[in-house]
Amino acid sequence: MADHPARLRVNPIACSGHGVCAELLPELVTLDDWGYPLLAGDGAVPVRLARAARRAVTDCPALALRLTSAAPGSRGNSEEAQRPARAQTGRLGT
Amino acid sequence: MGITSSTALWYASRATGVVALVLLTVVVLLGILVNRRGQLPGLPRFATTSLHRSMSLLAVAFIAVHVVTAIADPYVTIGIAAAVIPFTSPYKPLWLGLGAISLDLMIALILTSLARARIGRRTWRTVHWLAYACWPAAVLHGIGSSTDMRAGWLLALTIGCTAAVLAAAAWRVSRAIAASGPAARPARALAAEELAHAGDPRLTSTGA
Amino acid sequence: MSMLAPAWTGLPHAAPAGESGLPRILPPASETAAAQAQAGLDFAAHLRRHGLPRFRGAALIEQAGAAGLTGRGGAAFPAARKLAAVAAAGPSAIVVGNAAEGEPASSKDAALLWLAPHLVLDGLQAAAEAVGARTAYLCLHAAPRRGSDLAGHVRAALASRLAAGTDRVGVQLVELPARFLAGEETALVARINGGPARPRDKARRVFERGVDGRPTLVQNVETLAHLALIARHGAAWFRSVGTADEPGSVLCTVRGPDGRARVVETALGTPLGRLLPLGDDVGAVLAGGYHGGWLTLDEARRLSLCNADLRPAGAFVGAGVLVALPAAYCGLAETAEVARSLALESAGQCGPCFNGLPAIATALAAVARPRPAERELASLRRWAGLVTGRGACHHPDGTVRFVASALRVFAAEIAEHSRGRCTATRREQFLPIPAAPLTELDWR
Repeated sequence: MADHPARLRVNPIACSGHGVCAELLPELVTLDDWGYPLLAGDGAVPVRLARAARRAVTDCPALALRLTSAAPGSRGNSEEAQRPARAQTGRLGT
Repeated sequence: MGITSSTALWYASRATGVVALVLLTVVVLLGILVNRRGQLPGLPRFATTSLHRSMSLLAVAFIAVHVVTAIADPYVTIGIAAAVIPFTSPYKPLWLGLGAISLDLMIALILTSLARARIGRRTWRTVHWLAYACWPAAVLHGIGSSTDMRAGWLLALTIGCTAAVLAAAAWRVSRAIAASGPAARPARALAAEELAHAGDPRLTSTGA
Repeated sequence: MSMLAPAWTGLPHAAPAGESGLPRILPPASETAAAQAQAGLDFAAHLRRHGLPRFRGAALIEQAGAAGLTGRGGAAFPAARKLAAVAAAGPSAIVVGNAAEGEPASSKDAALLWLAPHLVLDGLQAAAEAVGARTAYLCLHAAPRRGSDLAGHVRAALASRLAAGTDRVGVQLVELPARFLAGEETALVARINGGPARPRDKARRVFERGVDGRPTLVQNVETLAHLALIARHGAAWFRSVGTADEPGSVLCTVRGPDGRARVVETALGTPLGRLLPLGDDVGAVLAGGYHGGWLTLDEARRLSLCNADLRPAGAFVGAGVLVALPAAYCGLAETAEVARSLALESAGQCGPCFNGLPAIATALAAVARPRPAERELASLRRWAGLVTGRGACHHPDGTVRFVASALRVFAAEIAEHSRGRCTATRREQFLPIPAAPLTELDWR
């Protein structure tokens, strides 16, 4: 199979805190103080939960959940994908 | 007068039509509830989305029977094409045309929703707004096509469904207006936090 | 003709005495700000001082890579890599010069545009040629915060270039709302595309699909100015100042304990003590602006202006904002006021941000009061972990970094406050705070 396991990712702008994902996939998703999803372990999906994860993706009312096989820690930003993998915080602009 | 096959078809079409209208009303109400992040009492949140989906598929089933029996009924002439091409029916073209419009929109809604994970959020959302055209078209189709709307129970049912959807839609619109866009959200959250801490004077500094 | 009196308080001056080869992108110091701004418009003088570019196109990208030029807008992303990515992404690229400067304590981009607009515009043309773009934008604030007509000044510079016939690519000026996040790459592109200046989901990458769906290069105006000089003098020249890992010079907005801001060009790796007066009247130093971090006075006296020194201390170079906070002010109260304004500057799109930052700001305001706040401190630590990395942009991360550094550096003050005392003697706000955005219109 693919080198990277399937990984859940939340689109934080689309997400409006419905909480359906946390109900369907409690092993991987919990809700924070304000009802927004927290993904366990960087979102990696074990094979046994793959079906439930796909259901959570389809059932999200805001279509804010995605299953990808991207590398961990990136937000899909080209810059970060090319940077060495250290957490960067606090930058604005270019 | 005995019950002829035509009469049976007519009854079937009418009955499934009425049930479909009720189901569509429930679907719209549930859809608004999902959007407002509401919950049916005693049920988890995914039940709202699940019921919304299963009710809509059930409605499709009833409408399929409704359309087929209406076409098959020899008493009125309604071609197959008239079911999907609006205003082409020889029988009551206007009212059946509205039914065809409603059916077309419903097909679009169902197909996009089945493929929603693939077509992207924006496309899906845009098409889904058509639900607010689909339901009124169905109601008007029902009112215009019925030969006995003056019968009490059917009139009461239609009024009830309409009132429910209007009320829910009004609520939806009022919430959208109150939200007034993302710009207001941090300010609103900050005001709520500061209110929770109210009573303690802050160490204030005047802005520069 | 533009109004030539820039209202920001201070003249750029040559780097602290002893820095050879500087200034590079700023002009040498002269008598008055007005005279300097006027001189900045003189295209012929610009060409006399700097000469003509030698490296163009792919050769320029190569030089920029060898030079180690990184973005000067705060992210410090390697410029050559970005140029190459856009050049490879396809035809009909677009270049955007970013002078949004949403950081309230920063004036360096405005200063650069006043004093050396032609260098920035040269860099924009050079970048356009390198990526194969035929359309260029320059973005700056619509309502000038400092009451002077910067847009008119830039238009005058563009007009003189038009007369000289040197530019291949037309440049459109775009005015942005004065929001902290308006200069974020995806927010900028969104604004040019006609929507509000809010960050967008990073999955849609700007270098592939940006303005009008075309490959877009967004560069800070200071980066473009450095690029324009690399085009003339090459990589080795660029590396002749600065450190091996962080080469070149950088513009800093320096605010001393007197509260006055000055824009300075200095080499990366310069000790902070040569950029800021660090007498015993200074309480703490802020390095990197409102997404940067506080340093203790001892740390500031020890460290230099480079990420190698500043990142381990919880700060960074960022967009070059350096502030020396007088000891007479309460660092916690200052941070709390800034945190509050940062919470209001959230774009309101991501739940953890527009909920978490107000919660953090309010808890910090409680800590800033002279009374015990154990509960709020515990909440702050929890929310800091809950908010970082969960927004579409780095606003929550940077705010948390700024707040966390305050909790570290002002730990003694926290202890004093828990005993009901505050050692500060001044109560007015030292750090600049922007007016809060109120409506959707404030984002357009």
